[in-house]
Amino acid sequence: MSMQYKVGDIVADHDEEGYLTDITVWNRDLALLIAKTENIELTPEHWEVIDFLREYYEEYQIAPAIRILVKEMKKKFGPDKGDQKYLYELFPYGPAKQACKIGGLPKPTGCI
Amino acid sequence: MAQKKKFLYVNRKAPYGTIYALEALEVVLIGAAFEQDVSLAFLDDGVFQLMAGQDTAAASMKNFSRTFKALGDYDVRKFYVERESLAERGLTVEDLMPITYEDEAEDYAEKPSIIPVSRAEMAALIAQQDVVLSF
Repeated sequence: MSMQYKVGDIVADHDEEGYLTDITVWNRDLALLIAKTENIELTPEHWEVIDFLREYYEEYQIAPAIRILVKEMKKKFGPDKGDQKYLYELFPYGPAKQACKIGGLPKPTGCI
Repeated sequence: MAQKKKFLYVNRKAPYGTIYALEALEVVLIGAAFEQDVSLAFLDDGVFQLMAGQDTAAASMKNFSRTFKALGDYDVRKFYVERESLAERGLTVEDLMPITYEDEAEDYAEKPSIIPVSRAEMAALIAQQDVVLSF
C-alpha cells in the first residue's frame, strides 16, 4: 500500500494510519482526497468541524479529545452540533480521529 | 464508581532541551480521560514551563506552552507554582502566562488556574496526594 497522498503536484507522506507526516503540507484539495480514502463526502457540516479543529490546534497546539470537541462545539454552534451522535454521523469512525486525519492534524492525544 | 484519587504531576525541568516537560503534558492529557482530581506542580526549573512569550522558532520545536491554556477544558485547573523557585530564578508570578479555566457553576466565569504557593505549602500539598508523578 502506498504511504503517500497525491493531488496534482502535491505528494504528501502519511503514516500507517493515514495521518500526514508533515502537517504543514495540508490544503483543502488534500482534505478531499483523504476524505475519499475514508469514504466520506465532505459537506459544509463536515468542513465546519474540520475548520473548528484546525482553529483549536492553531490556538492550543493539540487536537482535542472527543469529549472536549463536543463541549467546545456546543459552546460555539449550539447543542444540535455539540452532540456526540451528530458528530459520529458525520465521521462514523470517530469524529476526533477521522476529522483530524482529514484536517491534516495529528491524532488526538488521549484518544484510546 | 470508584472514588476519585488525588493525582499530582510534578514538573521540575525546563520546557525545552529535554523531553520531560512535553512528555509530562502528554501524560496529563491522557490521564484527564480518567476524571480524577488532578493538580500540577511547578518547581525548580519547571517554573520556566509557564513563562509568558515563549518562542521556539529558533529551536525548531513545537511551542507547547500554549497547550497549558487548553487544560482547563480537561478539568485540570490547579497549577501550583512554588514562589521560592520563581524568586531563585529572578522571576515573579507576573512573568508567567495567564492561564484560566471557565467555571460552569458561575456562568462560565474565567478564573485563574495558577496558584502561587510557598515551599512549605508545596511540601504539604505533595504529602496529601494519592499519586505523585514526577517529571
